[in-house]
Amino acid sequence: MSTIASAARDSSVIAWRNLLNVGRTPGALVTGVVQPVIFVFLLAFVFGGSLGGAPYREFLIGGLLAQTLTFNSSFTAVYLAKDLQLGLIDRFRSLPMSRVAVILGRTTSDLATGVISLAVTMVCGLIIGWRITEGPWSALLGILLLLLFGFAMSWIGAFIALTARSVEVAQSLGLIWLFPVTFLSGAFVSVDSLPGPLQTIASWNPVTAVATSVRELFGNVSPAGYTSGTGWAADNPMLYAVISCVAVIAIFSTVAVSQYRGISKR
Amino acid sequence: MIRIDQLRKNYGSFRALDGIDLQVDQGQIFGLLGPNGAGKTTTVKVLSTLIRPDSGDAIVAGNSVTADPTAVRRSIGLSGQYAAVDEKLTGYENLLMVARLYGMSRTESRARARELLREFALVDVRDKRAGAYSGGMRRRLDLASALVYRPPVVILDEPTTGLDPRGRLDTWDVISTLVGQGTTVLLTTQYLEEADQLADRIAVIDSGRVIAEGTSNELKVSLGAERIALTLASSEFLAETLRIIERILGGSVTPQRDSTGQRLTVPAPQGQKTLLEVLGALDRAGVLVTEAALCRPTLDDVFLELTGSPATAEPSPQPQSEVEVGA
Repeated sequence: MSTIASAARDSSVIAWRNLLNVGRTPGALVTGVVQPVIFVFLLAFVFGGSLGGAPYREFLIGGLLAQTLTFNSSFTAVYLAKDLQLGLIDRFRSLPMSRVAVILGRTTSDLATGVISLAVTMVCGLIIGWRITEGPWSALLGILLLLLFGFAMSWIGAFIALTARSVEVAQSLGLIWLFPVTFLSGAFVSVDSLPGPLQTIASWNPVTAVATSVRELFGNVSPAGYTSGTGWAADNPMLYAVISCVAVIAIFSTVAVSQYRGISKR
Repeated sequence: MIRIDQLRKNYGSFRALDGIDLQVDQGQIFGLLGPNGAGKTTTVKVLSTLIRPDSGDAIVAGNSVTADPTAVRRSIGLSGQYAAVDEKLTGYENLLMVARLYGMSRTESRARARELLREFALVDVRDKRAGAYSGGMRRRLDLASALVYRPPVVILDEPTTGLDPRGRLDTWDVISTLVGQGTTVLLTTQYLEEADQLADRIAVIDSGRVIAEGTSNELKVSLGAERIALTLASSEFLAETLRIIERILGGSVTPQRDSTGQRLTVPAPQGQKTLLEVLGALDRAGVLVTEAALCRPTLDDVFLELTGSPATAEPSPQPQSEVEVGA
């Protein structure tokens, strides 16, 4: 069997196993479901009033959808770190299975969690008055872009899990970097409003590109005067979003898989 | 089937493996006996490609663990120290998963999983989550997972550690009836009893080196086999007793005496036979014996004998009953 076929097959077996585990762990999905609800209502009503009311809420959801999927990286970090601590991992590593499968199976099954979080965020958005005004194909494209972004974030989580070597460390490392990355972007505010150097960072932050693309694809209008930064990335948000997701996947999957192979040298 | 050449592995300044050499023939059950920290698990991890040795190599079923680990993985089944089963999956799902990961088709995997559940007496619990299994059942499921692909080489790391006596007997049974059958088995244990019961050949390892190797009987003899512990009714029988023992066992044997001159310990090269012979002779000579017991060496005795330092192993799992006799 070719390497790619066996990687796909073995990963799907691992993903199946992961999903059975999620389904049988009460509370496994609580974070993925409750977190988006809290963020939507907190940001929409605590900040929403002073930031422009209904027009801001329409703008907000695109950013929240992007933010919701960044949390995929923390799910992957925690669950993969847990897997690596199990005796089961020794069985996997002694089997003639693809060396990619344990990680790819994990990032794939975490995509399912991402879909659920995404749906919850959208429903909450609908409740607070957000609407999709573009056609179904454009909306579908927006959802696919978000899932690609979530998948890319998962690979960063995999790298964190393999670097941390313990669940506790993976848990805090997996979460802590998300706050600067999501907030130093155009996800929740106009990039113009940030001080100089942060404007550049936000302009090139993939989170900005994803949020901006999604607003475009869902047909959401930003409040008057809101910008998503300057430069090539800000002018071509969709292309930049896709390129950065692919780059993240390429880099972090290579690193994570070589880390996984390297476990045998410890 | 397995050839280990000068295997070395250091963890920092700790020498886990300090030049291990071993040879296991096809179909053999080979026991690796040693206390905690002797290098048993490290050896197993090298053989099952979980870690790379610093130097040296091992050939498993014709493939080198360093040069072609993937080929090695195809010919081994591993059952580690802790049962490596997914607790959230049922017994059936666990076996199905392993079969699929070995590259078996869906239909093949289902059939093999069902077959193993039958063989390992797990049919009644096939749809229960492995987390709810007893220690013995979990261990059986783990062993079954190791056998999914019918590998020519099976590696078992301390298969009965942590089991209650019932689970231990159960596991022994499974290993000798199911795992055997032409499969080459390498098992590690810290229990002399277990190596004795299961293994055709035993290597004793300590501090990452093989310090003795042979069949269970060879080792027992060289390690001081069984001994007879005698308590005489009075020290006045001592001289006569020593004469009788010398006649039966030969002059090279020196019985150990305590200060009272009433208690003495003598090697019993033929176990029960020697005990009966000595007791018979003592009886005919009119020597009164108040206590006589056949004692087997514990792992501690073995290590004292071989290394001059006591083993750090856990106490022997089953208390030795006084006149119990070795197989």
